[in-house]
Amino acid sequence: MLPSIPVFGDIIAPEKALETVDIALKKRLADVALNTAKSKGASYADVRIGRYLQQYIFTREKQVQNIVNAESFGVGVRVLANGTWGFAATSDVSDKGVAKAAEQAVAIAKANAKLQKEPVQLAPVQSYGEVSWRTPIEKNAFEVPVSEKADLLLAANAAAMDNGANFVNSALFQVNEQKYFASTEGSYIDQDVHRIWPNFTVTAVDKATGKFKTREALSAPMGLGYEYMIPKASEKIKGPEGTGLTGYRYAYDMLEDAALAAKQAREKLTAKSVMAGKYDLVLDPNHLGLTIHESVGHPLELDRVLGYEANYAGTSFATLDKWKTKNFKYGSDKVNIFADKTQKGSLGYVGWDDEGVKTKQWDLIKNGVLVNYQAIRDQAHILGEKESHGCCYADNWSSVQFQRMANISLAPGKEKKNVDQLIAGVDRGIYIAGRGSYSIDQQRYNFQFGGTTFHEIKNGKIVGPLEDVAYQSNTQEFWNSCADMCDESDYRLFGSFFDGKGQPSQVSAVSHGSAHTRFNGVNVINTARKI
Amino acid sequence: MAILSKEEAQAILKKALSFSKADECEVTLSGNVGGNIRYARNEVSTSGAEENVSMSVESRFGKRSGVATINEFDDKSLEKVIRRSEEIARIAPESPEYIELLGPQTYITTREHFDTTAKIDPAFRAEAAAKSIKAAADKGLTAAGFLEHYTRFIAKMNNKGLFAYHPSTVVDFSVTMRTEDGTGSGYVTQDFSDSSKLDTAIASKIAADKAVGSRNAKALEPGKYTVILEPAASIDLLQNMFFNMDQRNAEEGRSFLSKAGGLTKLGEKLVDERINVYSDPTNPEVPSSPFAGDGRPQEKITWIDKGVVKNMYNSRYWAAKKGVKAVPAPGNVIMAGGNESLEDMIKSTKRGILVTRLWYIRTVDPQTLLYTGLTRDGTFYIENGKIMYPVKNFRFNESPVIMLNNLEALGKPQRISGSLIPPMKIRDFTFTSLSDAV
Repeated sequence: MLPSIPVFGDIIAPEKALETVDIALKKRLADVALNTAKSKGASYADVRIGRYLQQYIFTREKQVQNIVNAESFGVGVRVLANGTWGFAATSDVSDKGVAKAAEQAVAIAKANAKLQKEPVQLAPVQSYGEVSWRTPIEKNAFEVPVSEKADLLLAANAAAMDNGANFVNSALFQVNEQKYFASTEGSYIDQDVHRIWPNFTVTAVDKATGKFKTREALSAPMGLGYEYMIPKASEKIKGPEGTGLTGYRYAYDMLEDAALAAKQAREKLTAKSVMAGKYDLVLDPNHLGLTIHESVGHPLELDRVLGYEANYAGTSFATLDKWKTKNFKYGSDKVNIFADKTQKGSLGYVGWDDEGVKTKQWDLIKNGVLVNYQAIRDQAHILGEKESHGCCYADNWSSVQFQRMANISLAPGKEKKNVDQLIAGVDRGIYIAGRGSYSIDQQRYNFQFGGTTFHEIKNGKIVGPLEDVAYQSNTQEFWNSCADMCDESDYRLFGSFFDGKGQPSQVSAVSHGSAHTRFNGVNVINTARKI
Repeated sequence: MAILSKEEAQAILKKALSFSKADECEVTLSGNVGGNIRYARNEVSTSGAEENVSMSVESRFGKRSGVATINEFDDKSLEKVIRRSEEIARIAPESPEYIELLGPQTYITTREHFDTTAKIDPAFRAEAAAKSIKAAADKGLTAAGFLEHYTRFIAKMNNKGLFAYHPSTVVDFSVTMRTEDGTGSGYVTQDFSDSSKLDTAIASKIAADKAVGSRNAKALEPGKYTVILEPAASIDLLQNMFFNMDQRNAEEGRSFLSKAGGLTKLGEKLVDERINVYSDPTNPEVPSSPFAGDGRPQEKITWIDKGVVKNMYNSRYWAAKKGVKAVPAPGNVIMAGGNESLEDMIKSTKRGILVTRLWYIRTVDPQTLLYTGLTRDGTFYIENGKIMYPVKNFRFNESPVIMLNNLEALGKPQRISGSLIPPMKIRDFTFTSLSDAV
C-alpha cells in the first residue's frame, strides 16, 4: 500500500541496530580521508561516516504484512579542488577504501573544474573540535521489541475495525542516523538523530452503492523517540466543538484516533457534498503544516530561486529582486514565518548540519514581508551574509549533501484565543484537518490542497461534515488573506517524513509548526465526479 | 563484480541453496552499475557513479517466513545469510496469506540488455551534457538537465526448481531550458534501453525550440478544452490508471474498478472503444523482464480491449483464494495508436491546446481516479491546424477514465518511461484555474 517508501541498505536483525561504531575508529578514518584529499590538491574537504538505520512495520487489519530492518554504513567524501566540488562515496569503510574515495572526489572535482564558470565561495565556519549531539529522546524506539510495536499497530487496527472500518492499513516508521562529520575546518562532530512516524489509513465501503472513503491518521512525524507513542492527557488539545477531533502535541494516542477515524470514514460516505465558492477557511495545524511546506518552505530555498532545481522540482516566484525591495508582501501583517533547526521534537532538529555548521533559528517572513531565504555555505555570499544558515543535508553517506528545507513554522498569535473562539468569528466557512492531496506549480504560485476531514462552519459554529472539498489559490493571495490565528497553547508540529528533492532524488524529513489559522475568502472547488 | 553472467549467478545461487535446511528457500541475486550527470545554469553541478550487488534470501518453515540480505558471496557469508533467514523464519508469526513457492517455470526470451548502454563512461556523460548545454547556449537559453544510466541483472533460484535470470540496461535523459528573461520554458525527456538511440543534441533542440516559442504566453480562461497531450504529458495519468488495476482492491470495493453490489467492472466497457492497452515484454521498443518479482512468467496480456476491461492483475494468494489465473502486474504498458504524427494531429485541430508536460500530479479522489496537476514547459494554443501562440499554464482536475472516454484521436506511439504511449487528442479536458508559473 505504500510502494514509494524509500529503503536504503541491507536487511539486518533488529538487535543489530543497537550496536554502535567506535568513535576513535571514525576519527582515524576521517583523518585518512581529509589528509588524502589535501595531499591530492583539495583546498577543502569534508567526510561523513554514516550509519543509517531504518525499521518500518506494515500491517493490515489482523496481520503484520512486512517488517523492514535496514542498515546502511559507508563514507562520503566531498572536496573543493580548483574551485569546484567533487564527491565520491564507498561502502568500503577501511583506510584504503576511504583514501580511494577521497582521491576519486578530487579527480572528479578537477575534471568538472573545466566546465566551472566561477569558483565556489564558502562562507566561514567556526572550528568546533570534537563535539557530539543526540536527539533528546526519552525512549529509543529501536530498543522497543518489534512484537510490542506490531501489537500496538494491530490494536489500532482492531479499534478501527470495531468502529465501522472495512479495511485499515497501519505503519510505524523509525529512523536513526548515526552521523560522524569531519572537515578540514577542524570540526569532528558525532551525532545520533532519531525520528518516528506512526500512520494509518482507514477505509469504509458502502457495498450497496459501491462508494468508498478513507480517513488518514492525525498523527505527526516527529523528531522524538518511542515516548511519542505513549498517550498523555497533557499533550492532547481539544479540537473544535462538533468535530470530535483531538490535536496531539508531543504524544499521540493511536487507538483513540483510529477509533474516531473509522467513525469519520463511515460518516464521509453520506456527508454533504460541498457547494463550490468562496469560503473562510479554518485550518488545523496537521493540515496547515504541508500548506506551509509547499507554499513557503520550497519557494524560499535559495537553490530553487537560483535555478539549480529547474529540471525537476522547479524554480521559485520569490525571486531575489522581490526580496531586495524589502517590502515584498508575501502575506498579511499577521504572517510571521521562521526557519528553525533547533526546535525540540521537530524532524529537522540537529546540533550541526551536514557541512559542520551549528544550527540556528532565523526569520523568513516578518509581519508579512519577505526577509530571507534558506542558504548553505556556498550560497550565503549571494545574500550578502557572512555565515551559512545551517540547513545542508544528505539522506545517506552515499548522497552528496545539498541545501534542504529547515523546519519552517508559522508563529502563533499573541492574543489569547482557542479554536472555538477562532471559529466563532466565521459566518460561512470550512474547517479542514489532516493531510490530503497537495499539488503546486513549479514556481509555487498556484496550488490546490485537500484534507482528510472537512466540516462546514455556519454563523460561528460547526454544523456538520462535508465532502469533495479542495481549495485553490495563489500563494501570495492566500497568505495575504491570513486573518487570524490561535495562541501559543494551540501551537504544534506537523511535517513531512519523506520530502523529495534533487536528481537523483533524495529524501529529507522536516517539521512545520502552527496554531489553528484562519484565511478569508478562499476559492473552494467540488471534486466529486462520475465515471 | 556488480554485473554477473547467467552462469556466475547460477553458481552462487546453487551454492547458497546448498546450505539451506528450510522447507522452502528462495534466493535472489541482483546488481547494478550506474552513473549520472546533473547540470544547471549551463554548467555541471554534480556527477557520480555507483555500483551495488546484493543477495536476498527467504527461508520458510511451514507458513513462517524470514528474509535476510548480504553483499558478500564467499561460502562463509552465504551460509551465514541462509542461517540468518532461517532464524528469523522460526520466530516469525504464521502468514495467513501463505502460498508455496513456484516450481520450474518457462520464460519467453526478451532482449533488454545493450552493450552500448553498458559501456557508458564518464566521458560519454560529460559529452552528452556538453551537447545539451551547447544547444541551450546557442540560443541564449539556460539549461538544467539530468542523465542517468544503469546496467542491471536479477537472478532467482529456489529449492522447488525455479531459476530465472535477466540482464537489462536503461538510459534516461531530461532537460529543461529557460529563456534569460524567465518568460519561456521548454522540456524534453527520453529513455531507451539502447543508448545509441539517444542524441542529447537533437533532443535538447526540442526543449530549446519550446522555450523560445513559449515566451510571453497569453492567458486563456480556464474551462473545458480540446487538448493534444504529448506522451510526456499523459504518461503519469495513464500509469496511475493502469497500475491501479489490482483485482483485490477492486473486489474489496476500494478501487475505480469497484462498483455497486460488491461487483467489479471486469468485462465492462470502461473507456472509448478505440482504446487498446496491453503488455508485452518482447516489444523491441520497450523490452522488459520475462518474469515478475515473484518469479511468475510475464507474457503478452491485454488489459483493455476495445475499451473493455479484459484483465486485472493480482497476487498469487488472491488468485488462489478466488480460483482465478494468477496475473502479475505488468513490466511495461503499451497503448495502441494510429499512424498520425504530432504535427498531423495539430493540423487536424480546429481549436485546441498542445500540452508538453503535466506536473505535480496528485490523487484527489481514488474512487473516480480524479487527479490534479499543472501544465508546464510548453503549452500552446492551436487554431485552424496551426500553433498560434503560447498560453499560460493551467491547473487541471481530470480523471484518466473520463479523459479516455473523451477521445478524439490517437497518434503514433512513442517510448516514454519504459512504456509505449501515443499522443492523444482529447475533448473537454478540464482546466480549473490559471497559473503564473513559467
